[in-house]
Formats: sequence, C-alpha cells, structure tokens
Amino acid sequence: MADDTRIMLPQGLDRLIEVLEGRGYAVVAPTVRTGAVSLAEVHGADDLPWGVGDEQEAGRYRLTERDDGKVFAQAAAAPGMKATLFPPDELIWRGRRSGSQFEVTDTGVDHVRPTAFLGVRGCDLRALAQHDRVLAGRAFPDARYVRRREGAFIAAVTCTDPGGTCFCTSMGGGPHPESDYDLALTELSDPHRFVVEVGTDLGAEVLAEVDTVPATADDEAAVTTAVAEATMRMGRTMDTDGLRDLLYAAAESPVWDDVGNRCLTCMNCTMVCPTCFCTTVQDVSVLGSADAERRRVWDSCFSEEFAHIHGGSLRTEVRSRYRQWLTHKLAAWQDQFDALGCVGCGRCITWCPVGIDLTAEVAKIRASAGIPVAGGMR
Amino acid sequence: MTTTLDRPGHSVRDHMTPSRYRISRTRQDTRDTFTVVLEPVDGPMLHYKAGQFTMLDAFGVGEVPISISGDPTRPGPLEHTIRDVGAVTHALIAAPRGAVLGVRGPYGTSWDVADGEGGDVVVVAGGIGLAPLRPALMEIVAHRERYGRVVLLYGARTPEDILFGDELRSWARDRGVVVEVTVDNGQHAWRGKVGLVTNLVPRAGFDPHATLALVCGPEVMMRSAAQALVARGVPGDRVRLSLERSMKCGVGLCGHCQIRELFACVDGPVLGYDRLAPLLSIREL
Repeated sequence: MADDTRIMLPQGLDRLIEVLEGRGYAVVAPTVRTGAVSLAEVHGADDLPWGVGDEQEAGRYRLTERDDGKVFAQAAAAPGMKATLFPPDELIWRGRRSGSQFEVTDTGVDHVRPTAFLGVRGCDLRALAQHDRVLAGRAFPDARYVRRREGAFIAAVTCTDPGGTCFCTSMGGGPHPESDYDLALTELSDPHRFVVEVGTDLGAEVLAEVDTVPATADDEAAVTTAVAEATMRMGRTMDTDGLRDLLYAAAESPVWDDVGNRCLTCMNCTMVCPTCFCTTVQDVSVLGSADAERRRVWDSCFSEEFAHIHGGSLRTEVRSRYRQWLTHKLAAWQDQFDALGCVGCGRCITWCPVGIDLTAEVAKIRASAGIPVAGGMR
Repeated sequence: MTTTLDRPGHSVRDHMTPSRYRISRTRQDTRDTFTVVLEPVDGPMLHYKAGQFTMLDAFGVGEVPISISGDPTRPGPLEHTIRDVGAVTHALIAAPRGAVLGVRGPYGTSWDVADGEGGDVVVVAGGIGLAPLRPALMEIVAHRERYGRVVLLYGARTPEDILFGDELRSWARDRGVVVEVTVDNGQHAWRGKVGLVTNLVPRAGFDPHATLALVCGPEVMMRSAAQALVARGVPGDRVRLSLERSMKCGVGLCGHCQIRELFACVDGPVLGYDRLAPLLSIREL
C-alpha cells in the first residue's frame, strides 16, 4: 500500500457522493431495489444499503440484516456496471423520412452523462476489463460504450463478504480491487472506517475534497487480513486447467442434453452476466410520424431467434444454446480475446430460476471426460 | 498500491450509422431475385473486394447483411443481388428508383481470388450463392490470362431460377470459362443437367493439386461440395466457403454470427474449409 492511503470515516461517504455529483457525475452505487441490492443512481449516503447483507445460493437470493452496520458487505449486486456502461436499450440512430428519402437526425453518441461508480467489486472491474477488450479494443469499437467508459470514475471496494455462489479466486481474481480504479475502499469494523487507496491522479483530487487522515500500518494490516479472510470464503470453485480444449472436445457430451432438459431459456444468466455482450437491433417507427429509430437491445444466445437465418434457427435445441453460451464464455473467448469470459461473480448461478450452476456443469464435463472432479460447491 | 486507469481512447468513429445511397435502378433477375444498383448520396463510392458484404438498410423496416454482387475491377455503381424472402429484403427490392437506402460497410473477408493465379479455379455455386461469387468471377475474367482452367459449377432449383444467364453464356463463349449448370427440377423444355451441383465435382476438368475452389450456397450443399473437392485432392485450405449467419451489426459486436471462436462477419464470411470442417461437422454448433 502506498503513502497516499487514507482513512475515511463512514460519514465521509456522503461527502464523497456530494463531491462526485458536484463534478457532474451521476453516482451509481449499491442500493436496495425490489428486494435486491442493485447498482443504481444514488444521491446521498442514505441511499446506500447500511446494515444490509445478502445470502446467495443457486437459484436463491435473500437480503439479511447485519448487526455490524456495514454498508458494502454484500456479494455481487445484480445488475452490475454493465447496465450503465452498456445499457440494455439504447438509441443507435434516428432518422426522418421524406418521400422515399431519409436523413439521419440523431446518433445518440453525444447524449452521455459521465458516471461515477461507488462500491463496485474486483469481479466487476475484471468484467469491465473484458468489455474494454471486446467493445473498445477491436477493429470496430463500439462508439457509445467508449464514450461512456472514458468518462467513468470508479471508486471500487474490497469484497469483504463474498457469497455462496462466488468463485472469483478460481478465475484469476480476488476480493481486493487490483486495477482500473480511481479509488479503492476497504470497509473495516472496530472502529467502522474505510481504508482508501488511490489509483489515479483524478482519484487523489476527488479524495482531497473529503475529510481523511493518513492510514497507519495497523490499518493496512487489517486490510490484508480482511482480504485473506474473504479469499477463504468463496462458496464455489472452478478448475480452469485446459478448459478450452476440454470444452471443444466435449461438443457432443451428454452433459449438454442433461442441462438442456433443465434450462428454461429464460436468459436471466446472460442478462446478469457482466461480460455477456450480445445485442440485437429493433426498428421502431411511430404511426403517423415520419421519424423512425433503430435501437440496440441486449440479446441472448438462449433465444431460438438468436441464430435465425432464412430457413430457420441454427440452434433449435436448448442443449445447443446452453453449449454455445458455456463454450463461448469459457473456451472460445480464450481464442477470441485471450482471456476467460467468466470472472467468477456467481450471478448466473444465483439468478437461475432452476439453480443451474456452471461450476457444477464444468465439473461434470470434466468427469465425463475421465478427469477427476474438481470444482463445484465447497 | 497505485495503478493506472487505462481509459479507452477518445472520439471513436461510430460504425452503426449508415451512409445514404440512391437506387439508380432495380433489375429483376428471376421471379424472386432482384439486383439493386446504388449510387452514393453522402460521399464517395465505397471500395470493396470480391466476397465482402454490406449492411443494407430499408428505412424504418430494418437492416440485413447482403453480399456485394457487382464488378470489383471497374469503378461503377454498387450492386447487390437480393432474394425476396423477408420484410427487409422485400422493402429493399420494392423500393422505387430514386429511393434512398442506408449502407454500412463493406465488411468481412474476401475470396482473395488472386491466390488462384497460375493455377485452375473451380467455382461451385448453389442458388443465390452465385451472387457473392459473381465479383470473383468478374475479377477472374478481367485477368483471364493469369489463370489456367476456370470452371463454374452452378446449381439452381429450376431453369427459371438461373441467375445472370446472359453473363454465364458470355463467360463460356468469350472468356474460356467452363460453365456447367444443373437444376433440381427440370421439367418444361430443359435439356440440360438435372441433379445436385456437388455431383458435377468428380468429373469437372481441373488439376486438384493446383486449384483454388470457391464455394457458396446452402450450407449442406457447401459441405458436400467441399468434401467432394477434398476427395479429389484439393487441399482444405484451397477450398473457400462463404457462410451465412444471423448478423445484426456486421462488425463483430452483436455476437449473433459466432461459430465457436469465429465471428462470421469479421473472420468471415469467406473462410477456408480446413478451418471450417471440424466446426461444420458438429450439429447446431
């Protein structure tokens, strides 16, 4: 930890939000919405989930009360940053018809309000790095994502209370934010305080407007302990060794038939997944108006229409669609983007209505390939 | 711990908004297939290579990927040959002369026909699959002396569905292209071949060890044609297929066109059979 590491008391969060709003940011942070902690816009520390915990298991999510009054002591929020930086529904362009001509009147690229994220986790940051690679780092970058991303401020937090579906440590991550942040907070008890690490000059500038004191060696040791304890509390594991070749070789595995019989193709997993990036377009024209617009909306490889060409869908069976999703995420992604497409946030397991667990499915494929099982629930 | 926040670069060009092109004419090729001829409204004519496609937009209706079917060797209007099979394709072919369409692209890989110079070229087309191959054939006949034997094997449903009939005759008569046409259903006055186009591969005249093969048609036909070509001794990497997949963006972002690790829009549509064979052999991949 560096010399510029500071201690901020809980009341500092309100000031931090005020400073960020004062700089023109919409502040997006964990907040309780419809019975779950979601990332959404907040206007003060009162909007944060003080004393709220969560229980996450396959197909199960419950809020709990905590007696320690901690504010960031939950596992991954649903939804994460994706819904802000890569919105589920956005304008691509709008045009106006006149006779058989048309002109483009708006491309939406300029309507971007900068966002400051407060309370995002290491898994979210690693998912963000994947979206940077997929959406901003290729021959044809997504102009709308790039515009939102380059304006974003990130105050991450150490994930001190991972959930039952978490396995970020299996996917190369961990509870402590490692990169891509302006500030990183670790929430500690006795006394309740935040150790704040500075990632960028902008982060230092923002923090200078909030009351803090220098962190001591004891504070820094307490962060190390909190991280080590959280690392031991991952609810699940996945063995990623040779995963690409394993899944490519397992294209005709009976495991796909079995999971295909359970999957409802509801698409929850792809909606909550922080790296899933598939979209479709919708053309909307208003009756009686000369205007029409094209919108881009999240899509899912679990829909039958997803791979539709003239003559029919190329993936009519559920097994084929689950295979596409899992093989893309864990195998093809490595060829495409030189990384795993899964960060181990566990959202797809938690929000699956029938509790399908990709760590268990991978373990079954490994077992059916004659390799000893490692991974799944602890 | 101090790290740098690597924010992506500024002012990236938007690839999702189309340029406007005006229809200078629309030619009916067969009962359900039309060639739409376009001139740019907003700027210069796009440059393309044989085998590439564009995203064609009918305002307020939608956007679809369509292969360019015109002559890449000569400056001229932009041509797309379109089969009337859905709402967007119908709007594109039904738009009147002078109407404005949206065009994004060109996108995707090319046939890279010049790789076949100094040897024979076999072109195998099924149905509307002849349209993406037309620019490749035009490139070959423009430099006919650079190639050995040039064979076009073309299968259509019926004699009435044969595309570019005048051109086929002129390539055969004046440009030394061996053109063999077969139909699935040859009643009426058809005196030519009847049957699968892939059945023409075993007896076609070419040197398998010095051949570039270009294949486009329904996927089942491409698989059989590629297998027949490889069985004759053409190496898999000298057999090229142009794939059809669902595409919503054309630039690798929407995810629809993926075939395992390949994005058909940017890694394809033209891909070597050596790479595709293991993927196309798995059902519903």
